[in-house]
Amino acid sequence: MLQTRSWIHAWLLLFPGLVFLIAFTHLPALTTLWSSFFTTPRGRRPAKWAGLENYETLIADPVFWKVLWNNAIYAAGTIPLSVVIALLMALWVNRQMVGRGFVRMAYFTPTVLPMIAVANIWMFFYTPGFGLIDQIGGAFGFAQTNILGSANSALWGVMVVTIWKEAGFFMIFYLAALQTIPTTLVEAARVEGAGSWTIFRRITLPLLMPTTLFVSINAVVNSFRMVDHIFILTGGGPDNASSLLLFYIYEVAFRFWDTAYAATLTVVLLVFLIVLAIGQFFLFDRKVHYR
Amino acid sequence: MLMTKFKAAAAALAFAAAPAAADVDLEFYFPVAVGGAAADTIEELTAQYVAENEGVNIEAIYAGSYQDTVAKALTAARGGNAPQLSVILSVDMFTLLDEDLILPFDDFATSAEDKAWLDSFYPAFMENSQTGGKTYGIPFQRSTPVLYWNKEAFEAAGLDPETPPATWDEMVEMGKKLTLKDDAGNVTQWGVRIPSSGFPYWLFQGLTTENDAILANADGNEVNFDDPKVVEALDYLVDLSKTHEVMAPGIIEWGATPKAFFEGQTAMMWTSTGNLTNVRNNAPFDFGVAMLPANKRRGAPTGGGNFYLFKGASDAQAKAAFDFVKWISAPEQSAKWTIATGYVAPRPETWESEAMKAYAAEFPPVLVARDQLEHAVAELSTYENQRVTRIFNDALAAAITGQKTAEEALKEAQAKADAILQDYR
Repeated sequence: MLQTRSWIHAWLLLFPGLVFLIAFTHLPALTTLWSSFFTTPRGRRPAKWAGLENYETLIADPVFWKVLWNNAIYAAGTIPLSVVIALLMALWVNRQMVGRGFVRMAYFTPTVLPMIAVANIWMFFYTPGFGLIDQIGGAFGFAQTNILGSANSALWGVMVVTIWKEAGFFMIFYLAALQTIPTTLVEAARVEGAGSWTIFRRITLPLLMPTTLFVSINAVVNSFRMVDHIFILTGGGPDNASSLLLFYIYEVAFRFWDTAYAATLTVVLLVFLIVLAIGQFFLFDRKVHYR
Repeated sequence: MLMTKFKAAAAALAFAAAPAAADVDLEFYFPVAVGGAAADTIEELTAQYVAENEGVNIEAIYAGSYQDTVAKALTAARGGNAPQLSVILSVDMFTLLDEDLILPFDDFATSAEDKAWLDSFYPAFMENSQTGGKTYGIPFQRSTPVLYWNKEAFEAAGLDPETPPATWDEMVEMGKKLTLKDDAGNVTQWGVRIPSSGFPYWLFQGLTTENDAILANADGNEVNFDDPKVVEALDYLVDLSKTHEVMAPGIIEWGATPKAFFEGQTAMMWTSTGNLTNVRNNAPFDFGVAMLPANKRRGAPTGGGNFYLFKGASDAQAKAAFDFVKWISAPEQSAKWTIATGYVAPRPETWESEAMKAYAAEFPPVLVARDQLEHAVAELSTYENQRVTRIFNDALAAAITGQKTAEEALKEAQAKADAILQDYR
C-alpha cells in the first residue's frame, strides 16, 4: 500500500519534467528521424516515402562533407585552446592581485554579450581597410588583410571569435573549482618541499578533473551548437569555407526549404552528439574523479 | 500608434456610414532592405489608404529582411495563417508557386482598365513577375545596379572627371590609372570595387548580361552557368584583381562598399541604385552615376521585391488587396516612395508626374537606373531559387578566392543545378 503510494508520488514528481523532455526532446528527435525517410512536401506535391534516398544524397553531397570537415577543424581548434586559456585565466585571477575584480569582469564580459553583438564587434576588427587589425597593421606598414574574405583564413577568423567568447565562460567554472580546493593540501605540499609546478601537476590539476570533464562536454556541445556569429561574419562563405554542420542545417531547412534533407542532416548531428556524450560519460567519467 | 488611430477612425467611419457592410481585414508583410525611412513610408501609405477606404483595415507588418519575410510568409502559410498580401523578392516567384501559395493578378484584372494597368509597368521589371502567361508579381521596391565614380579621384589621375568607363577595357585602363600605391607598395586607392559577399551573383549578372549571356530561362527550370560567355565574364571579374590589379583580391564586402567609396579607398564602385540617397548624403566629393560599362552590349539585372497575392483569402479580402496594390502603384503614391528611398519607380507614368519631374530635374542621377532598364534583363530566378542561386554563388566565390578556375567552378555548378532542376522539366 505504502509502496504504491510512493510510486505514485515519484511519478507525480517526475511528471512535469517528463512532459517537457518528451515534448521538446524525444518527440522532435523521433519525428525528425521519421521525416528523414520522406521527400520534402511542397504545396503542389505531398511528401512521398523515399526510403534511404535522403541518406544517399547526403553521402554524395560535397557540401555536407565539407561542413563536417570544417566542424572537425573547428572543434579540434577551439575546444583545447579555449579550455587551456580558461584554466590559465582562472589561475591568474585566483591569486591575490591588484584590480582582481576588474580583471575577472573583463574576462567574463564576452560571455555576457549576445553572440550577434560579439560578431558585429569582431566584424569591425576584421573589415579590410577600416577594421582595427588593418588600422593597426597599416600604421606599421603592413598590407591590407582580408581574413573573412579568403577561403584559407575565414574559418580561422570565426574560430578566434569562438575562443574569445568561450574561454571567459569556462574560466568561471575553473575559478569556482579552484576555490573549493582546500588550502591545507597546498600548505602540506609546501612543507614537504614541493615546487609550484609539482603542486599544480599533482594536486590542482587532478582535483580540477571533474570540472575539466564538465567544461569539455560543454565545449563539444557548443562546437556543434554555436552558429550565430557565422550569420554575421561570413554567412558560411566563401564557398562554404566557414560553414558548420548546424549552419548548413539551417540553410537547407529555412533558406532552401528542403525540410526532409534538413531532417536527415539533423539525424547525423544527433548521432554525433550521442556518440560523443556516451564516450565522454562512460569512458572518462570513471577516470576523472580523484580517489 | 498612428496606425492604430487611423484604423480606429476608419472603423468608426465605416460603422457610422454603412453599418451593414462587413469590415475587411488584411495582413500585409513587408521587408525593408534600405533602412528605417522606408518602413515609415510604407506605413504612412497604408494608413492613408485605410483612411480613404471605408471598411478596409490593413495591418502592415514589418517582417525584417527579404530573407526573413519569405521565411515568415512560408511558415505562416504552412500554419494556415498566410497573409493576404506581401512584398517578397521577385526571384522567389517560383518558390511561392511551387508551394502553391500565390494567385495570379490576371484573376482580378478583368476590366479593360485593370488590364491596361497590368501592362503599364516597365517590361524589364515584368520579366521576373510573369511566367506561363500569367502575372504573379507587381513591381514595387525594384532596383538595378549602377556604377558610381569619384570625380575628384578621376581628375587627380589625369582622367576626364565627367567621363566614366563605357566598356570593360576602359574600366581596366582607367582602373590602372586610379589605383594608387604608397612607398611600401601597399594600395591606398583601388580603381574599382565590385562587391562579392552574400549575393555575388547579382552584380556578376551585370557582367554576364554585358557579355550577352542569359543565366536562366523564363520557365525557371534551365540555367546556363557553364555557357562560355559566362566563363569569360567570370574570368574578367577574377582578372580585375589577379591580372590587372585594379580591384582588391578575395571576397569584397557588400555592406562596407559605400564607406570604402566615401573614404577614397576605391575610385569607382558597383552597387544598387538603392544606395543613391545614401551616397548623395555622405560622399564628401563630387560623384557621378553611370550605367554599367558594356562589353558585347550594355546590360544589368533588375533586383528587388514585388507584391504577391496569397491564396486562402476570402473574395472580399483578395479584392481589397488587389485594389490596394493598384492604389499604391499609382503615380502619386509611387513617386512618394521613389523619392523617399531611391528605388526605381516601376511605371513610366510615375516619371511623368510633376513630383518626379521636379525631383529628377533637381537630381539627374536618379534617371540613370531608369534609363538602364532598356538594357536590363531578368534577375536570376529558378525553381528552388535560393538553393540554385547558392550553388552559383559558391562557384563564384571559389573562382574569386582562387580555389578553382572559372571554368571548373561553373561546370560543377551547372551539374549541381541540373540535378535539382531536373524535377521541374
